[in-house]
Amino acid sequence: MGNYLLRRLIVALPSLLGISLILFVLLALAPGDPFGELASNPNVPPEVREALRIKFGMNDPVLVRYVRWLVAMFQGDWGFSFASRVNVDTLILQRIPTTLYVVGTAQILALAVALPVGVLAARRPYSIFDQIANTFAFIGFSLPTFFTGLLLILIFSVNLGWLPFVYRADLQATGWQWWWESIKQAIMPITVLGLYQAASYTRYVRSAVLDVIKLDYVTTARSKGLDERKVIVKHVVRNALIPVVTLVALQMPTVFGGAIVTEQIFRIPGIGSLLISAILANDTPVIMAVTFVFACLVVLFNLIADILYGWLDPRISFR
Amino acid sequence: MNERDLRNQIADVKAGRLSRRDFVQRMIAVGLTAPMAGAMLSYSGIAVAADAIPYKPTKAGGGGPLKLLLWQAPTLLNPHFAIGTKDQEACRLFYEPLAGWDKDGNLIPILAAEIPSKENGGLAADGLSVTWKLKPGVKWHDGKPFTADDVIFNWEYANNPETSAVSIGSYKNIKAMEKIDDLTVKLIFPQPTPFWADGFVASFGCIIPKHHFADYIGAKSREAPANLKPVGTGPYMFVDFKPGDTVAGKRFPDYHVATQPYFDTVEIKGGGDAVSAARAVLQTGEYDYAYNLQVEDEILVKLEAGGQGKADLTLTGHIEYIGLNVTDPNTEVDGERASLKTKHPLFSDPEVRKALNLLIDRASVQKFIYGRAGVATPNFLNNPERFRSKNNAFEFSIEKANQILDAAGWKKGSSGIREKDGKQLKFVFQTSINGPRQKNQAIIKQACQKAGIDVELKSVVASVFFSSDVANPDTYSHFYCDMQMYQTTMPQADPQFFMNQFTSWECATKENKWQGRNVCRWQNKEYDETYKLAQSELDPVKRAAHFVKLNDLVVRDNYVLPEINRLNVIGVKNGMVLYKSGWDNDLAFIATWHRAS
Repeated sequence: MGNYLLRRLIVALPSLLGISLILFVLLALAPGDPFGELASNPNVPPEVREALRIKFGMNDPVLVRYVRWLVAMFQGDWGFSFASRVNVDTLILQRIPTTLYVVGTAQILALAVALPVGVLAARRPYSIFDQIANTFAFIGFSLPTFFTGLLLILIFSVNLGWLPFVYRADLQATGWQWWWESIKQAIMPITVLGLYQAASYTRYVRSAVLDVIKLDYVTTARSKGLDERKVIVKHVVRNALIPVVTLVALQMPTVFGGAIVTEQIFRIPGIGSLLISAILANDTPVIMAVTFVFACLVVLFNLIADILYGWLDPRISFR
Repeated sequence: MNERDLRNQIADVKAGRLSRRDFVQRMIAVGLTAPMAGAMLSYSGIAVAADAIPYKPTKAGGGGPLKLLLWQAPTLLNPHFAIGTKDQEACRLFYEPLAGWDKDGNLIPILAAEIPSKENGGLAADGLSVTWKLKPGVKWHDGKPFTADDVIFNWEYANNPETSAVSIGSYKNIKAMEKIDDLTVKLIFPQPTPFWADGFVASFGCIIPKHHFADYIGAKSREAPANLKPVGTGPYMFVDFKPGDTVAGKRFPDYHVATQPYFDTVEIKGGGDAVSAARAVLQTGEYDYAYNLQVEDEILVKLEAGGQGKADLTLTGHIEYIGLNVTDPNTEVDGERASLKTKHPLFSDPEVRKALNLLIDRASVQKFIYGRAGVATPNFLNNPERFRSKNNAFEFSIEKANQILDAAGWKKGSSGIREKDGKQLKFVFQTSINGPRQKNQAIIKQACQKAGIDVELKSVVASVFFSSDVANPDTYSHFYCDMQMYQTTMPQADPQFFMNQFTSWECATKENKWQGRNVCRWQNKEYDETYKLAQSELDPVKRAAHFVKLNDLVVRDNYVLPEINRLNVIGVKNGMVLYKSGWDNDLAFIATWHRAS
């Protein structure tokens, strides 16, 4: 086991290096310019733009810049944003709590909906409940979040006026008022994200349970006269959920990575909106850091998923 | 009425033989507008009481929270680094310049005691220096007094290339600064400078405190803690800042205007998009103000029906125009396309340009695309009004265009496209991707088709089109096609910077990495000479005449076809009373914003 971990970690290093190189070169080759805004402002002489480019080292060859970035990264210096001249790690740390709260809660909501619905649907395939659940699941993941988001805003903010549609990270209220406000403003984004995710989870849970429920040992358990409840919870779900656990583990990086579209619609100051505004402003250090952290998380959670899988299913051994 | 009559009358007013009101009325009788007459008087050294900014509250505070929504989020709070409008707006909560621009393009003192003029001895007769008197009793948010040293420090700070301040352009023209006493500073220019109100005025003129930034001048500028926690003289004190998300402030109790500001706290929320920002103010009333609502008028009208707020429009000098390439984008000379050594094969015929000008249906573009937010115009320089030429008019006539082209020998070929000497009238027309612009392109293409001109439309993503990327051929400054359309902004009430974009030394070429501002590469000797005259002319009336001439020169050559003079649109919640000028940041006068009781 220890050996296996070590081997995986050693393999992860070159792949991360490869990812970072590709990201860096892609960003360097992409059109656009962080000082484009200066170009359309006649008050700013072109020399200033040029001086800034030199100061931020943007006129050096790509590989030189890459090595410089890599060395700094290893020393824990993530660079600073061209747009705000603030250190990138500060920016990311500012955004993490909001993203964890909104996207994390959405994931929990998704699981809370998907697990019971998926299992119940699989227990009696093609029953009315299964048909309804399936229909909703299909609708759920066919509707993009930017559509459902706007729909909810239209209904609950514009027509009914119940919920605010601008998310604020700096609520003025204190105590219970603060809790109530933060829940109120997060209801819509969490619902949008959670239900979207729940729809696809439901499909996975259902098919995983269906695979297991037909197996001989389940029939055996039933013929022994075990309580149906016990059969489902102890015998079926336990085995059926192994692939689902992997799936959830692989989804975890998104919890940190944020949800670009939903964050933009509701103005949630999370990692996703940081990434998109950095991309629009051609703010390379921020894009680089966010995408690279994301890549690290994907690699890490892949590893965790593999280990979890082996732990849950002892038939799989680490070699 | 000629210049001499005018001068005599102005002299009469000065001597008290003619009342100011009579003068203004006489001017109106000969076709001038009241603001223009007022401006003439003030430039001749008579203080015109500029319309006072309306302010009802009798004491500061008590207004509760003020909630502002900027759909582009502020990312930094140092006015000398403020690249985008979003950042400049946010800086205005905390920092102030010596003076700002009002609606009519006149200066209003903020940290200055008065605006320098010939009469108060502020302006030197030779145009080589300006003396600013500072308002006494102004305090920084940390209680220290604001003095002349702070003003001089800002010049040193911005002017140091190592600081890499984007405001350097406003300060590099100041040769030296002299401290006369604690509340008086003198700016010394290397040559006579009629437009002296650049440094220390409006957004790049915001003044940062010496005692917080003195250690961070030059290469260390990024490390100053006050970059993120501003300490200014403005109406609001810093509370919190999350780059790319929110800025929060609270009322500064020692603000230098005792009865201002009205609101107790202020919050700027950033991010999202323009349409939903408009919705949050006009329809749901969640916010008090939303800036730069670049939303089609049709949608704005619908949102206004929500009854919570109104769209507010202000005059600006921003102009949406179509540029025709003077050079040939399809021929390479010394490894450079669209080189100054080439001539455009089709546009070099003035009749073709004249015909194209007739094929732009400006009135329809205004009516169906821009609505209230744009005014069709034949002029490049539209505002302030004293610089607007009265000599031009626009017309839309496919018939006339056809006649002109027929007469010039461009005959329709078998394909319906006109040709002459084996050259077909076929153009590539590019612009940035933006709903109204694509509609606008289609309107022009349709009209051209009817006149036997084939137009191929091209649209480029805005982040590429407006970038200064040297290697990218699709930027507006490379201009590697025949026609292009975009908006050029006029950042100041004075047109000197604005009009330098047609001087021959500003041509965008390979040599200057396409950083020159003259992207059509139009060159005209008379223009260059007139521009130089305007640069050093100290007499405001003559100077205005030079600018009118510059506009006429460029517009009448038909290489530059102005289309729409854009207005600045903001969303204002009902009950908010806010003063804003198209010549300064929206939040320039935020201290005076209040709610009608």
